This record gives sequence, C-alpha cells and structure tokens, in this order.
Amino acid sequence: MWYYVFMAVRLAEGKEITRILHDLADQVEKKLGLANLAIIGIKRRGAILAKRLQTILEKKAGQPIFLGYLDITLYRDDFSALGSHPVVSETEILFNLEKKKILLVDDVLFTGRTIRAALDAIIDFGRPSYIRLLVLIDRNHREFPIQPDFVGRRVKTTKKQMVEVHLQEIDGAEEVLLIEPKP
Amino acid sequence: MTWKRKDLLGLEELSSEEISLILQTAKSFKEVSTRQIKKVPALRGRTVVNLFFEPSTRTKTSFELAAKRLSADVLSFEVSTSSVSKGETIVDTARNIEAMKVDCFIVRHSVSGAPWLIARSVKAAVINAGDGCHEHPTQALLDLFTVQERFGHLKGLSVAIIGDIRHSRVARSNIWGFSKMGVRVIVCGPPPLVPLGIEEMGCEVTYRLEEAIRQADIIYLLRLQKERQRENYLPSLQEYSRLFGLEERHYQGMNKPFFLMHPGPMNRGVEIRSCLAEKSNSLILEQVTNGIAVRMAVLYLTMGSQR
Repeated sequence: MWYYVFMAVRLAEGKEITRILHDLADQVEKKLGLANLAIIGIKRRGAILAKRLQTILEKKAGQPIFLGYLDITLYRDDFSALGSHPVVSETEILFNLEKKKILLVDDVLFTGRTIRAALDAIIDFGRPSYIRLLVLIDRNHREFPIQPDFVGRRVKTTKKQMVEVHLQEIDGAEEVLLIEPKP
Repeated sequence: MTWKRKDLLGLEELSSEEISLILQTAKSFKEVSTRQIKKVPALRGRTVVNLFFEPSTRTKTSFELAAKRLSADVLSFEVSTSSVSKGETIVDTARNIEAMKVDCFIVRHSVSGAPWLIARSVKAAVINAGDGCHEHPTQALLDLFTVQERFGHLKGLSVAIIGDIRHSRVARSNIWGFSKMGVRVIVCGPPPLVPLGIEEMGCEVTYRLEEAIRQADIIYLLRLQKERQRENYLPSLQEYSRLFGLEERHYQGMNKPFFLMHPGPMNRGVEIRSCLAEKSNSLILEQVTNGIAVRMAVLYLTMGSQR
C-alpha cells in the first residue's frame, strides 16, 4: 500500500455490527414492509451485509426474500482513470425486478459514485417499484445528490481518512476502522 | 493478478496465470448476454476496428457483438474495398486508421505474424483474430473456457485434436493453451498433415483415430480445407473421411464418454458424419456462445491496460 497507517480508530467491533443490522432490519420492516421486498447487495462487502439482512428479514417474514448481488465494475465512471482494470466478478440477479421494492445495500457511503453506478446497473435489469438505500456507515464528502434511507452509523471524516469495514466472511474479523493516512 | 499487456497476439507468450485471468473475467461477462438488456457501459466511447484481410463471418460477428455488448463503437473494415488493393502496406493502413483515434484493432491476416507487425506500429490495442497457420488465440481461449465450464477444471484432462494440424492456427493455439493449463494434448491426422517435431510444443502424436479417441475426454475435430486435396496433401476426401472422419461406430464400445468440439465451419460428411454434430455430447454451439464472453473479456482487459 502507498500509505503508512499511523492511526486507526475502531468505530465498531464484534457483536456491534450484528446489533446495528438488527436495528436496520427493524426499520426496514416498519418503513417498507416485507411484501415484494428484494435485497441487492453491492459486491463484495455490501453483498455479505445483504445476505445477513436477508437471513434476519426472512425470519421476520416467515417466507423467502429475494437476494441478488451486483458487481458495479462495468458501470464505473472512473474507468479510464484506473491503471488497469479491477477483476470483474459476477452479477447475480436471478429474479424479476418488475414491481419489486428494492433495498440496495452497501457497507460505506462516501462520494456516492458507487451507488450511482449501481442504480444504472439495476435499471438495466428492469423497472422496480422503487429503490431504497441502506448503508452500514455513512460518511460525508458526497459528490452526487445521493442520500441513504437507512443508516447504521454516521461518521464525520476528513476526505483523506479512510473507512474500512471488515467482515468475518472475507477479513476474518468484525470491525469498522477509521484510518488516518500519512500525507 | 492484473493484465499488463497492450495486445493479445498469441497463447505462446501468455502465462497460465494470464490465461486463468481471461477465463475468470469471461465467466463474469457471460452473464451479460443472458440479460434482457444485453449491454453494459464498460467500454463506452471506445472505438474498435475490425481489420480483416481474410474473409470471416463467425469470428468477425462474434467480436462485433462482444464489443457492442460492452458499449464500444465498432467499425468493420472491408479489405476488398480498401486502399490495400491500391498498394498500401498493412502498417500504413493501420496507422491511417489509428490517426482517426481508434482504441483497438482486431486483426485477421493470411500471413503469419501480421498482427505482431501492426501491434509494433500502433499505440492502440491489437487482438489477433487469426494469422496464417500460426495462432488464433481467442478461439483457443473460448475452447478452454468451454471445457472448464463443462468439467469444472482443466488439469488432468486429455484432448485429442484431429485433422489438418499442419495448416491449422486453431490447433497451434490450442496446443499452447491446453498444455499450459495442464491438459494432455494428443494430435492426430494423416502423416502429411502432421508436422514433424510438433511434439516439441508439448503434445503427443498418433496417426490412428481410434487410438486418439480412446485416450481423450474431448475430441476436437478440425475443419478439413478441401483445397488441401488439390495441393496433394491427401489422395482423396473420401479416404480422409474413412480414416479420420468421426462416425457412429466410434461411439460404440467406448469405456468412457467423450465430448465433441469443432471450431467451425463444419464439413458435414468429411470430418464428421452429419448426425453426430447434434448428439448430446456435442459442445459445438456452446463454443460459439462462449466466444462472445471470452472476446468481451479480452477487449475489456486489453483496452484497460493501455492507459
């Protein structure tokens, strides 16, 4: 990595993430209802959060809830700015989006560019009734007029700081880190 | 692993990691063609030029669809109506088109090495779509992809490539590709059509069809170009068909099932009995479908690495 980490603050860890997800699931149930709801997670960590939310919400609903995964690499707007392309992984949306209420899930909301790309990608699959955005962490510095509907934690950051979400399935740990890069 | 090359010219120069990266990327792209809206914006604003100095329908169409599904603009350059017939060199032709700010050339030429010559002379990405008797890398990549998709792996399998090995760029690219990925390659054909010393590419040779079929998980039939008979490589097409054509009897008494592949276009009745192409073990149409995904992956990777 090009930066040297001299300070990392733990914003959340262990069971806390699970607790936040349960809170968020309650809010989703109250505000959107569970009928016709489908969850789409943005790869990679948004996909894992989406899977966990599905498990929680299916228990509440007592019936299956559709789940899809989105890889937004092909919809990025910084395509030519990248030295070489990131590895593309598969988009898996195997259900019909027509008349569905879509809950779009990601780990961190920052500039809003990922969400912009995800909205484009979803619309290429069909016309849902509406799309709502759920994020675990909302930090400032938006570059697009995009705001979340459900937020786990709001964090004030400087633009240079980085927020990293680590999840058991990928990283072997459960934590949210605020990382200070050396200029 | 990231892609570092400007061009895709042949499989001889690729490492097994690079081949795996292309196959892995293709897997993600295959899904795009199953959508209702078969298009993603990844290469929006890029221009791809089909520079075909030799006729081709399938490969050209496949590249064109692949580029369009990535939202690139495609221009097909017709050689018969071009200034090449007025005496322009291929390098000048490529440089002139590049001066109109294009990003990628898909090159097919009857002379081996022509895509390398163009790749050296332009900044745009160059993809070899078949040069002489030399290489046809995207064909071999889509064959690898098809086999990997069917078996779930490549290592440890055996493939028998049957037919006119001497004149086949498909055979050469496939020998490089399969052997690099740990697949045993057996080539088989009439002795005049199997070059001496081909074993050095990493394959085995047999002149008996039955022996090749017995050992293989995949039978890969090459198209027999009928003009080879006029060039005295073959006594007659009938003899070739009798000795090296796949027939119903080859399916009987097999101790294990095999899959059938063919790069197309098929000569029904020469290298294959007509009814066999539609049998359930045939992967021929899957190869065509997978060609789009593999070419999308190649376009995406080569055009991304250059800037």
